[in-house]
Amino acid sequence: MRLLTRAALLTLLALGATFLLDPYRNYQLATATGTFVAVAGLTLLVGLTGQLSLGHAVLMAAGGYGYAWAATWVATAVEGTTLADGAGGWLLPLLAGVAGAVVVAGLLGLLLGLAAARLRGPYLAGLTLALVIALPAAASTIPGLNGEQGVRAPFVPVPDPLALLIATEQWHAWLAILVAACAVTPLVAVRAGRAGLRMRAVHDDETAARLAGVDPGRVKAGAFVLSALAAGLGGAVLAIVTQQVSPGAYGLGFSLLLVVAAVVGGLGSLGGAAIGAVLVTLLPWVVDQATAALPADLGHRLQGNLEIALFGVVVIVVTLLRPGGLARLLPAKARSATSLPAKFFPTQ
Amino acid sequence: MERLVFLLSTGLARGAVLALFALSLVIVYRAARVVNFAQAALAVVPVYVAVAVTAATGSYWLGLACALTAGALLGAVVERGLMRRVPQDNPLAGIIVAIGLVMVLQAGLAIAFGPDHRPVHAPFSQRPLTVGGVALMSPYDLFVLLVAAVVMGALAWLFGRTSLGLRMRAAAFAPETSRLLGVRVPRMVTLGWTLSIATAALAALLLVPTGLGLDPHAADVLFVNAFAAAVIGGLDSPVGALAAGLSVGVLASLVTGYASAAAAPPAVLALLTVVLLVRPHGLFAAREARTA
Repeated sequence: MRLLTRAALLTLLALGATFLLDPYRNYQLATATGTFVAVAGLTLLVGLTGQLSLGHAVLMAAGGYGYAWAATWVATAVEGTTLADGAGGWLLPLLAGVAGAVVVAGLLGLLLGLAAARLRGPYLAGLTLALVIALPAAASTIPGLNGEQGVRAPFVPVPDPLALLIATEQWHAWLAILVAACAVTPLVAVRAGRAGLRMRAVHDDETAARLAGVDPGRVKAGAFVLSALAAGLGGAVLAIVTQQVSPGAYGLGFSLLLVVAAVVGGLGSLGGAAIGAVLVTLLPWVVDQATAALPADLGHRLQGNLEIALFGVVVIVVTLLRPGGLARLLPAKARSATSLPAKFFPTQ
Repeated sequence: MERLVFLLSTGLARGAVLALFALSLVIVYRAARVVNFAQAALAVVPVYVAVAVTAATGSYWLGLACALTAGALLGAVVERGLMRRVPQDNPLAGIIVAIGLVMVLQAGLAIAFGPDHRPVHAPFSQRPLTVGGVALMSPYDLFVLLVAAVVMGALAWLFGRTSLGLRMRAAAFAPETSRLLGVRVPRMVTLGWTLSIATAALAALLLVPTGLGLDPHAADVLFVNAFAAAVIGGLDSPVGALAAGLSVGVLASLVTGYASAAAAPPAVLALLTVVLLVRPHGLFAAREARTA
């Protein structure tokens, strides 16, 4: 109950904050929110179970494709019927799209999760890396993915009563925040609950966990599926905002950025995931602004590369010097609430 | 039939490069117990050195020698300066630091040399030789096979027949005991990285003329395929890396020839998935792979 109140308050706060931003900032907020949902899933997976996935961009892409297919299908189905009048015209495709994202990303996540249940660190990382590298090729061989061009997702217009009040970008930011609230709240609950405790137990000592009656394979596969669902919803948010899903947007670079966001924020910390997601969305834009002032040739070379180099340095420094990430910089009181063992096994 | 022979023979040459790169992954895994995810980026840096030297002097062989030296130096510097300082309590830390290194190196190369593909010329003709009317491999493919065979032979001799190789193997398998017996274990780990990156650089240099050209991501697909080969062969086994590398190369060549170039990465992914699910420790590994 406390969790739901907190989630509702944070969501309202975020919705209110969109009024302070101009349309372009709202667009950035929506993108960062989509990234945040995926990073939240990834950070939970890496931080709690110790499974490193380098392929979460593919799971996001799966969610995006699922959203685009389902939303387009329902949009064409309701067109011309009475359902298309009023709110149904945009709400039904939207809901169908989100459901489609959950199904497609969940299925792919289940397949990978079954593999993840049997694999350790470097093997799983390598398998998911191969998945990212294979995505552009897969997009051009699997029918329905439409090759490099990708798939269009239907535009979600601002509903009439709100049209006078807010712009499209702000409306999309609202949708992003609402989807994020529905996706991240369960993650918080899982992290703080028994399932989270089981994940930590498996991570710390598989044999001990097995002796205590926990099945490590099931816990690992379950964690992977959960994380894939979050990534899929993140992909759905990006599909809503950009109205486009293409393999080029979900390449190796983006996949590594998700890992960067999780590491910089602090593995296992959902608040850290939010900081990391904002960082990987805003820093490229800041660098672009800065390099635009430079001579054309140098600016062209730095564009898109300088921020990657910076992120690389940050990841190395954080891992070597401050493994807790930025979340560890918060005051100790805020942290103690997240310490699971302390909650389940109070010290004398 | 002629097509099959042609695809098999070119696949063998591609497979030799793959096997060489997979071998470099095995060397560093045996020396330091890490899968080096930065291998592709580390291998491309010496290739840039080689291209610069070849452009300045006009000699391919001088470029090759400089690439090997640069690779060896880079391996030592990365191990001493970075990998040694990675916290050991978390097995993922090494992988994450390697990913950071990849981002720094590839972005740095793109900033320094621009993101475009640079054409790299092979020292021999790439036109296939025909024997009895059947197109076989090109002189360059033969050169690649020869170099790969020589390097693998040299590495096998080093690890199997010399005192240094014995010390390196001992340091990898039983660090504490080796230390007690007077082996300088940290030095052996550095040497393993040196050998590994030099081998990887050689593989990348051999690969580049057969592809689109040199760019910071030129070895990415090679790394993924070689990782698949190394895992299939068992990360611990040089013989496994050799056999699996050749097999993956031939498989990729056949899929490219009979289906399409786009179907090759999914085919390798499928093979890797099946092997990992059926025999997670590879087909050739003698004993249980270590945790993490």
